[in-house]
Amino acid sequence: MMIRQLSLFLENRSGQLRVPCKVLGDAGIDILTMSLADTQQFGILRLIVKDWEKARKALEAAGIVVNVTDVLAVDVPDRPGGLASVLESFEKAGLGIEYMYALAAARERGQYATLVFRLGDPERAARLLRDAGVKLLSSEELFARAGA
Amino acid sequence: MAKLAVENRIWDPAETLPRDALRALQGRRLAETVARAAKVPFYRDALARAGVDPAGVRSVDDVRRLPFTVKDDLRENYPLGLLAVPRAEIVRVHGSSGTTGKPTFVAYTRNDLDVWSGLVARFLVAGGLRPEHLVHVAFGYGLFTGGFGLHYGIEKVGAGVVPAAGGNTPRQVLLIRDLGAEVLVCTPSYALHIAEVAKAEGFLPGTLPLRFGHFGGEPWTEEMRVEIERGLGILAFNNYGLSEVIGPGVSGECGARAGMHVQEDHFVVECVHPETLEPVPDGGTGELVFTTLTKEALPVLRYRTRDLASLDRSPCPCGRTGVRMSRVVGRSDDMLIIRGVNVFPSQVEEALLRVEGTAPHYLIEISRPGTLDEAVVKVEVRPGDFRDEMREMIELRDRIDREIHAVTGVRMTVELVAPNTLERSAGKARRVFDHRNR
Ligand SMILES: [Zn+2]
Repeated sequence: MMIRQLSLFLENRSGQLRVPCKVLGDAGIDILTMSLADTQQFGILRLIVKDWEKARKALEAAGIVVNVTDVLAVDVPDRPGGLASVLESFEKAGLGIEYMYALAAARERGQYATLVFRLGDPERAARLLRDAGVKLLSSEELFARAGA
Repeated sequence: MAKLAVENRIWDPAETLPRDALRALQGRRLAETVARAAKVPFYRDALARAGVDPAGVRSVDDVRRLPFTVKDDLRENYPLGLLAVPRAEIVRVHGSSGTTGKPTFVAYTRNDLDVWSGLVARFLVAGGLRPEHLVHVAFGYGLFTGGFGLHYGIEKVGAGVVPAAGGNTPRQVLLIRDLGAEVLVCTPSYALHIAEVAKAEGFLPGTLPLRFGHFGGEPWTEEMRVEIERGLGILAFNNYGLSEVIGPGVSGECGARAGMHVQEDHFVVECVHPETLEPVPDGGTGELVFTTLTKEALPVLRYRTRDLASLDRSPCPCGRTGVRMSRVVGRSDDMLIIRGVNVFPSQVEEALLRVEGTAPHYLIEISRPGTLDEAVVKVEVRPGDFRDEMREMIELRDRIDREIHAVTGVRMTVELVAPNTLERSAGKARRVFDHRNR
């Protein structure tokens, strides 16, 4: 159930975001989703791509620092209060969220939306969430849903 | 003859000793110093290695036969292995920072303190200080020789001291105004800062009671002098010293303000090529080397200062006979002076080592955007140090920040940068980019 996410260290100055995008483009790798966390001085770019190993090699060859992190892709009912109900399951299971972001490409209006969560202990979190009836997506499901 | 900026008053008649009498005095005192130093195992060995029989030292010219002493020698004899008197005779200890974060200590006997405050009195009086004045001292007190060194010299003159020390500049401006200090003592860059804050607080230049300033502790320029004088409406004087030799008072400007008179009755000064160690002719820039002539607790033989300057032996209109040294124009090692504190790039490296185990590639950029020095340390993030969570990255940066402050005593801005983005040079890595005008 683990999704491999690539995290990249970026300096917060113009042109910095373009470099990894170009590297991946040249390697023929589609970016399924990205999210940027930044401070005034530096940022962390998080990417989900289908062939993460190839992407990592290409990025590292270009001198970019890459970190591979396990994240969970969670199905959330696409209705008012949908996210709240999922978050309630997190709370009940005692899971702390490091960060989360929405997967824009994987949403079926009125049906579901897909959110990516980084949790302290992903293995344990996956088990607890499944037990609580939360729908977690496998990599295959995720990419199929995003049409990748 | 050049005009003197202040009425010429001489504190100690020894300042005007005719050259031949001065040389004779130096020869006698050098013989005494070498005899005293020879009681210290380190110097005894060094003299033996150099083939110098202490009893054979008679003239000041013999100084050239003596072995050099460097900062590392003090460090290797930490804390007070070079002491030439029983420990019980120490009445004061000062110190300065070193490349490893460990300070080096210097000690003073009662007589050393008396001599030192007399030397400080000399340059203060040469630069306008009178017994009726009040002096605002904005040097840090503590191990640093600046605060206490100037403090005791001012008291020696009979003037009053306001030991304001550092920090809270608006309050310092109010103190100067309310107490009516005529003289300011601090680093030149802090004097500029005071001028700026005074202006921001609504004081027009020259409306503070200050008339004279005595600045030292870091290299500065003629441009800074003009700026300080304009900003505070004062006459600014330069003085020089280093703790290993005695502290401030090794040399200082007179009213001619064309070089600092070295107190040659207490120190022998040489100007040498930093690599060949051969003498540099007068007027040429070289490394200054000092031998103390009267220090009891910690005599030093041919101490290599790493400060680059030149010497001028032409007669001075003020009547003082001590050779004049120029401003310090640079360093023969990589030491930096940041906000008056001595910092070596290796200290930053040590701080990085402590945080990360091995030091990543880094560089230091120093600038003076306003009046105060700013240091930025750029550190490349290595794959092993990179974490996916912002909190951890900020923590890493803050840890480096704290460690650099702990090791150097100076706050620097730490910036994490992407790997392989910092400039690399083929030979010795250039770690420091100093953008301050020198
Ligand atoms: Zn003079």
